[in-house]
Amino acid sequence: MEEYKLSVASSPHASSPVGTKHLMRDVLIALIPAMAMGVWVFGPRALTMTIVSVIFCEIFEWGYCKLLHKPNPIGDLSAAITGVLLVFVCPVSLPYWTVIIGDFFAIVIVKQLFGGLGTNFLNPALAGRAFLMLCYPVPMTTWAVPGKENWLAIFGAGEAGVDYVTGATPLSIDFMKSNIAPDASLADMFIGNIGGCVGEVSAIALLIGGIYLLAKGVIRIRIPAAYILTVAVLTLIFSRAPEGVNVFTWMLMEIFGGGLFLGAFFMATDYVTSPNTPKGEIIFGIGAGLLVVFIRYFGGYPEGVCYSILVMNILVWLIDKATMPHRFGVTPEMRKAEKEKAKAAKKAAKEGSEA
Amino acid sequence: MKQKFYGGVHPAEHKEATEQKPIQPLANAPAQVVIPMSMHIGAPCKPVVQKGDTVTVGQMIGATAGLGAPIHASVSGKVVAVEPRPGTGGVPTLSVVIENDFQNTLSPDCKPRENVDALTSQEIIDIIRDAGCTGMGGAGFPTHVKISSAVGKADTIIINGAECEPYITADHRLMLEHGEKIIGGVRFIMKALQLDHAFIGIEDNKMNAVAHLKELVGDAKDITVQALHTRYPQGAEKQLIQAITGREVPPGKLPADVGCCVFNAATTAAIYDAVALGLPVYQRVITITGSAVKNPVNLLAPVGTPFSHLIEEAGGFNGTPARVISGGPMMGFAQYDMSVTMGKASNCVLCLSKEDLPKTSENPTCIRCARCVNVCPMHLTPIFMNMYGKARRWSEVEELRIMDCMECGCCQYICPARIPLVQQFRTAKFAIRQQAAKK
Repeated sequence: MEEYKLSVASSPHASSPVGTKHLMRDVLIALIPAMAMGVWVFGPRALTMTIVSVIFCEIFEWGYCKLLHKPNPIGDLSAAITGVLLVFVCPVSLPYWTVIIGDFFAIVIVKQLFGGLGTNFLNPALAGRAFLMLCYPVPMTTWAVPGKENWLAIFGAGEAGVDYVTGATPLSIDFMKSNIAPDASLADMFIGNIGGCVGEVSAIALLIGGIYLLAKGVIRIRIPAAYILTVAVLTLIFSRAPEGVNVFTWMLMEIFGGGLFLGAFFMATDYVTSPNTPKGEIIFGIGAGLLVVFIRYFGGYPEGVCYSILVMNILVWLIDKATMPHRFGVTPEMRKAEKEKAKAAKKAAKEGSEA
Repeated sequence: MKQKFYGGVHPAEHKEATEQKPIQPLANAPAQVVIPMSMHIGAPCKPVVQKGDTVTVGQMIGATAGLGAPIHASVSGKVVAVEPRPGTGGVPTLSVVIENDFQNTLSPDCKPRENVDALTSQEIIDIIRDAGCTGMGGAGFPTHVKISSAVGKADTIIINGAECEPYITADHRLMLEHGEKIIGGVRFIMKALQLDHAFIGIEDNKMNAVAHLKELVGDAKDITVQALHTRYPQGAEKQLIQAITGREVPPGKLPADVGCCVFNAATTAAIYDAVALGLPVYQRVITITGSAVKNPVNLLAPVGTPFSHLIEEAGGFNGTPARVISGGPMMGFAQYDMSVTMGKASNCVLCLSKEDLPKTSENPTCIRCARCVNVCPMHLTPIFMNMYGKARRWSEVEELRIMDCMECGCCQYICPARIPLVQQFRTAKFAIRQQAAKK
């Protein structure tokens, strides 16, 4: 018999064909429709901004790991996703250097300083946006509106708004706070023919991406479903629809109008910063949904998706601890009996100390 | 209606290589068999033969010492050694080595039993004990102990024909070709347990076996053949009970505590052989498969046949084998020595080439995707067990109920970061047991 060498290892001797890289690649594929809509609405600058952001995210990640002699993480594509998502939540007129500062904050401060892939406690792209929002509030809230002028700007938009026709987004303060319906039609909001951030305008494109991820099994439905349903139910019950606007139209405007779909399908479902237990995922979604409506209705910002997810990110550890799956074989009756037993023991101890 | 258990994964089945191939006897009987004295849970058997003795097929060569089941010679010939030999578990095991005289002389004790219908419950249990029946699906729990501890307690009998591990088709072929033995065996078990109904659970990737057994049962109401949604680890005892009855076996308890008694399909056929034909367990159906053998086959082979001989029966290695596994890919043991032999619970020899080896990562990084939490059939959180285990914080790992882990491998299979979770959990369990022993 010919020479051969057998390898020995602990079981299992089979592995799923899906690796980390495949998951990350699928997320990038799912972002393509939204990217295409961003380019169609805001012009080629949407694409060049995204490319610059991805390149700088990868450079920052590679450089940090090089400096600290850590294994090279470039192959896993997670920094590329951060790069794309950061641009998707910024206005198209934002100068390139601002985007790069956001990339630096997202990758180096939020992700790598907390241990790199898998250990950051905030979503890097959203934290990057929150940082830019604090430092550069004016360019971060100067929204370009759809129009063919957008196709002229690639490099010229050095100063915010110079080459863009700017205007209000459906969720701008004037509309939401004073019970006036946005001037965009519901169809425009669904397709994406509105002002706003690069990647968030088109609900349908994001929905296609989200369905792709769900079909591929990359994300689970619990977080996006709980998130969107919570917002839907709250805006339906506590409708601020002005006269002449149907409450359901108002609800759909709230859902399609801002970055809710982008947040629900691509950011709240971020593996690293979302809960791990099935029950926890639902709590996370509901919590984020509540915060979105509170911020939109009562807060100072026009849009609450970013902060709602960031706040829930911080609570993930607690949610996980509180929603551990029940032990296999322990029925609800057994759990109840155990609780009562513990209660009785506590009572007995208390009575003992009193006596 | 197809029922489900919680969690689980569905690995590529790879059963097509052997599922159409009938069970064959060995083309050449092995020149020598090495029969380990420990093929079951419990104390190893005590050899009752010595070097130089002549034995016949079916003659008892190992007597029980404590919990266990006796062991019988699988070929006729001369005992040439009683000594420790390498075992599939990785440690040398006391074994009886028999040189085959190729006569295949059957022991005079092995003859078909007359008027089996008159046997009482206790008589059936005694026959099963003397025939050395053990769980033939993997764990090898002595069958008579299982039955006698469940008499009066169990209300549901489940026959495990799930065969959820990829590649293996031994039980599938057995159900197709010897369905009457399974049905007969089930009726003996029902009699022994004094119950009048039993379930046979089969995954729906073996619908021909379901149809065949249903046909054999016919109009009789005492046996329900239940098709199950194909999902690993359906064949794990606790998961099968959950899928069929919806009951969950409490931690640290036996299936009998929720009124269930589960028997493997091969065990059921062996019970029929023992009760009706008077044959002890000395041979079994085993699948030799994988991309690294030339002709994957289902063989009826005597217990104690060396792996090297089984692989030759399958046409020898095809190219260079990278890993040879005793059992299926999810829970089997990788072997390094081809002189190890098959036992009563060996249902598969799987030879993988390099391309089929599981993917590994040099620098596995958890991305907290929680796929492991979603697939764990025991409701555990492998993600946190891994985190604390890496930090060697054993008490926290224990609080996460690591002792409930049955090492089915679902979490490691699904892990996109390729973290060797099961290996880590074994280390953690070992450390926790050591700590407990110290106290």
